[in-house]
Amino acid sequence: MWKTARIGGLAALATILALAPLGFPNAYFYDVAVKALFNAVVCVGLNLLIGYAGQISLGHAGFFALGAYGSAILTSTYKVAPLPAMLISAAAVGLLAYLVGRPILKLKGHYLAMATLGIGIIIHIVLKTEARITGGPDGMSVDPFSLMGFTMMGDRMWYWAAAGLLVLTVWLSLNLIDSPVGRALRAVHGSEVGAEVVGVDTSSYKVMVFVVSAVFASLVGSLFAHKDGFITPDIGSFFRSVEFVVMVVLGGMASTFGSVIGAVILTLLPQVLTFVEDYEAMVLGGIMMGMMIFLPKGLLPAVVSQFRKRGAAR
Amino acid sequence: MRSLVKWGVAACAVFAAGTFAGTAQAADTIKIGAFLSVTGPASFLGEPEKKTLEMYVDRLNKDGGVRGKKVELIHYDDAGAPDKAVTFAKRLIQNDNVDIIIGGTTTGTSMAAIKVVEPAGVPFISLAGGIDIIDPVKKWVFKTPHTDRMAAEKVFLDMKKKGISKVAMISEDAGFGKSGHDQSLKVAPIYGIQIVADEVYSPKDPDVTAQLTKIKNTAGVQAVFNFGFGQGPAIVTKNFKQLGMSVPLYQSHGVASKDFIKLAGEAAEGIRLPAAGLVVAEQLGATDPQKPVVTAFKKEYEAAFKSDVSTFAGHAYDGLQIALAAILRAGSTDKEKVRAEIEKTSGYVGTGGLVSMSPEDHMGLSLSAFRMVEVKKGDWVLAD
Repeated sequence: MWKTARIGGLAALATILALAPLGFPNAYFYDVAVKALFNAVVCVGLNLLIGYAGQISLGHAGFFALGAYGSAILTSTYKVAPLPAMLISAAAVGLLAYLVGRPILKLKGHYLAMATLGIGIIIHIVLKTEARITGGPDGMSVDPFSLMGFTMMGDRMWYWAAAGLLVLTVWLSLNLIDSPVGRALRAVHGSEVGAEVVGVDTSSYKVMVFVVSAVFASLVGSLFAHKDGFITPDIGSFFRSVEFVVMVVLGGMASTFGSVIGAVILTLLPQVLTFVEDYEAMVLGGIMMGMMIFLPKGLLPAVVSQFRKRGAAR
Repeated sequence: MRSLVKWGVAACAVFAAGTFAGTAQAADTIKIGAFLSVTGPASFLGEPEKKTLEMYVDRLNKDGGVRGKKVELIHYDDAGAPDKAVTFAKRLIQNDNVDIIIGGTTTGTSMAAIKVVEPAGVPFISLAGGIDIIDPVKKWVFKTPHTDRMAAEKVFLDMKKKGISKVAMISEDAGFGKSGHDQSLKVAPIYGIQIVADEVYSPKDPDVTAQLTKIKNTAGVQAVFNFGFGQGPAIVTKNFKQLGMSVPLYQSHGVASKDFIKLAGEAAEGIRLPAAGLVVAEQLGATDPQKPVVTAFKKEYEAAFKSDVSTFAGHAYDGLQIALAAILRAGSTDKEKVRAEIEKTSGYVGTGGLVSMSPEDHMGLSLSAFRMVEVKKGDWVLAD
């Protein structure tokens, strides 16, 4: 039953991604779609941490920004090719996440939120002030992504790359959740003490999933930097971190497809709401408040349970 | 469940309405696109810019438009985020098919949008200060505000006139102040100025007495030059007076707003800084070519919005006027022709100064665009 739902969901996602461009009249639509897909990949990773392991992180934009700056600095200053630069950055971010994750994931609740928040803010400040390396608050230019003489240009090409990446990430995430690791994580979420009693090494699982989600964020950050061609430290700001968490929560915690939906909705909303002009922030806030009040479990789980209820009633 | 479906349908309808609204307009208009930081940390720049563009486009349409065509302003708020600026620049070009883009409130958003604007080939007039925007020159990119390098040059020129050669710098360690600091160090030798002390502070520091004490104890300091923005320079000014320092204190054009005088109070007396003509509109000489332009703009802006005019509003005004004049001269909205005409802008008298562009200079302002002003009795007074 689980297996079919998983494959069905993955196939549906791939079909939607393949058909969506039919409704895109111009490059602007592709651009927004790519940004939505990038956010979705970060959120799928973050959802492993928030939804499954039950740990909060308010610093993931920091990892995203480190990936972006890692690629930018390695490719422009040190002339490293984009792919190795991206992998080196991701490895460095993974190591950093491991080093800070070990002590701070011992914290719980508000304290963990504060600690991850601190990491995000420190990264943001470093990127802002180390102007000689990062270009400071005015940002720095990034070359396009190229691999073996082939250069990624244009929003269409980026769309297919991002779509492929998302399908891969979702597949990885679904497999991870359905593995012993995933079951251990859910046990940690349910009751940390209980998990420890049955022999789950809770702290190492928590650190592992923290590292995995940070690496996802870093990889997407690298791609984002190459795609936009210009980055500033604000991509790592606290508000970005909160945005990622909101996407996960809105779509539905502990639901991989929910994270994708949350990311897509929150990326599209500001574009859609431009016609209300000055009230944009208010309407956005209103929508989110309404969602949280009426659909506290998140969008996708609420819809799924509605379907289940109807099915049962018949 | 049924309500969920209804919501879904409504959401789709809203999305369609929102994104296609721009394309549904008649093709017989001149479309000016703008992306500005109306909200977010740079909103104090973006808000007056947006209001100015809206006011003058409205007025233009009431007067019959340009060559009988209505002007349509399409603007988006990038909230100061460069990646949003990129997306909105794409939206303006691809989805709204604008003829020209004005905007980019901050250097970051402008630089990011350039990546989209240049390959697409749409004339773009930035409203941000950073010199990187036009140096090196980019084919489609222009800008209206003065650069921080010009401010430093103007200050050093004034110092040179007064026989000052040993200067202490104190600047903000981020953004505007940082960039101004770097440009100052670059141009100082040209004016025979020696920087004998170089201190920094953070934008949110509540006190800079320590840094100023160090400057005070540095031998031979003849003047202090502060490059910063917002409340920082006001704190420097206050601490400077509290320490009883008597050498002249210079500020950058970043403080050329009445808010600075309000914040610094009495301590601001005697401070010198470079500012655009708009700040001292009434005091300009009767023969000054800028006088009618700046007094009219100041009057109109203040009457419409009941708030003090800022130089940022002036940048937007200049951008719009340069764009409209170029479209008029080009006789069409053909992008290549309009671009060429913007580049040929010559002798345009704006709020920022006299603008004469060339293929090598896409800003077109000279040092004369800045006036040295001094604070006297809580107001700006023209100093030269």
